[in-house]
Amino acid sequence: MLELLNTLYVTTPGAYVRLDHETVRVEADGAKLLQVPVLHLRGIVCFGNVMVSPAVMQRFAQDRRSVVFLDDRGRFAARVQGPTAGNVLLRWEQYEAARSLARSAAIARAIVGGKIQNARFLLQRAARETPDSAESKTLRDCVADLAGILERLKAASEINVIRGLEGEAARRYFGSWDLMIKRDRQAFALQGRQRRPPTNPMNALLSFLYTLLTGECIAAAEGVGLDPQIGYLHELRPGRPALALDLVEELRPSVADRLAIALINLRQATSDDFVTRPGGAIHLSDAGRKKVIVAYERRKQEQVYHPVLDRKVPIGLIPHVQARLLARHLRGDLDHYVPWLYR
Amino acid sequence: MVTGAVPDEYWVPISALQHYSYCPRQCALIHLEQTFDENLYTLRGRAVHERVDVPGVAVEAGVRIERGLVLWSDRLGLVGKADVVEFHGEVPYPVEYKHGSRRASEHDDLQLCAQALCLEEMLGVPVPRGAIYHHSSRHRREVVFTPELRERVTVVLQEVRALLSARLLPPAVNDTRCPRCSLIDSCLPRPVQDRRRIEDLLQEVFNTGLEEGETSA
Repeated sequence: MLELLNTLYVTTPGAYVRLDHETVRVEADGAKLLQVPVLHLRGIVCFGNVMVSPAVMQRFAQDRRSVVFLDDRGRFAARVQGPTAGNVLLRWEQYEAARSLARSAAIARAIVGGKIQNARFLLQRAARETPDSAESKTLRDCVADLAGILERLKAASEINVIRGLEGEAARRYFGSWDLMIKRDRQAFALQGRQRRPPTNPMNALLSFLYTLLTGECIAAAEGVGLDPQIGYLHELRPGRPALALDLVEELRPSVADRLAIALINLRQATSDDFVTRPGGAIHLSDAGRKKVIVAYERRKQEQVYHPVLDRKVPIGLIPHVQARLLARHLRGDLDHYVPWLYR
Repeated sequence: MVTGAVPDEYWVPISALQHYSYCPRQCALIHLEQTFDENLYTLRGRAVHERVDVPGVAVEAGVRIERGLVLWSDRLGLVGKADVVEFHGEVPYPVEYKHGSRRASEHDDLQLCAQALCLEEMLGVPVPRGAIYHHSSRHRREVVFTPELRERVTVVLQEVRALLSARLLPPAVNDTRCPRCSLIDSCLPRPVQDRRRIEDLLQEVFNTGLEEGETSA
């Protein structure tokens, strides 16, 4: 049984992570901050100036547990890579499917369909909970428009058309985004998605959550023996984990976006949790990042229904289940890749 | 096939016979897809094996005991490792450790008999018997390598070789074997078997007819 193991996030500057028999010890200034059994960990994520001993890196690489370094702003910096895992037949099929326009398009269409459907669900829920009838109607209009895009997607077979519809859906969705924010709407206005770099708190929060989710999806792809860089919806680019980004896509609304909205609406994240840099780039403060990580890890424990498996699984395992379903599809076991719909 | 000249890629791991005999798809998942999933059963099995995995020789009560002995047969194209081989005088006596309780299983018997065939070829002496040691019950079950069992090994071996060279994954069985199988999460027997359901679930992704809150009849 695949277990939802914990990810250890080390955010203390100058911390040292080392192996002590079968446990991982985190120390700072010679004092022990924390000690956990290796068997309980799926990976370690280090922020900024954190040292990890070679013994930890080697042990984790051998066990196929992940060790990831993010810079002090939470952007991906490096990952410890163990030996390539064995399933060459699966990777071969993965490459073959990527070379086939029809096979790529079918997978990409399912992924985008899942993403749009999950986005609609989020908007629908917000529309129901909005007391202001005009705003509620605007949200329902957005749901209807996304349904229209979904209808066109159903008939799309060209990968470029599918990518275009995905972009159109994203613009429409983020256009209504602000209406889902109930607190500090001024401070947390999205003003469209900006990524390089985020210049407002809402975009900074989303970018950070997407980074965490992408890390999970890279680990999920590697965990089932897929190459995280060969994707279908996302074009191949050197250094880009295209397949992991494909897996992230359907999870954005129901995992990351839902959490971002909850954090703000429940006032768990406030303007004070962000830092503005000269020139206007904005990112989470150390304290803010900690809050978000704690909330994210808690969200991963939440049990959700998985239609294909027909049982409940913790949200944190969804990337792994989806990676497995994709692997089974690529190896010819399943006629289709079926995205996960949050209900 | 020329005797004594099995090409490298057609060598079969002895453990694959046991996996195949339990479920051909499990065998393909392990030996073709390189799937390793831990569950309660495999972790227990590992704990049992860790005690016998260290290669070495010892003498206990006048019996020479070889642990972790590499076994192979050029004639059959088989290769593997024995947990324990006891030498009763000059006669080798393979013992395979299993974590489970005492259940006679053809899968275990095949694996043990394959070890015996290797030992016979390696040492040039007959190996009439061996044993399965059931760790939970601390019980030894002796297995006699009858002509029928030996014949069964060569038949299954041919099937395994065909499976591995075809590189195809047999369909999922989705029966009583599945809940105990350590690979159930990778194999996904039920989703894989129910093609109709997968089709319906994909349709659901593009279904815009029902707004949330409504229910279909």
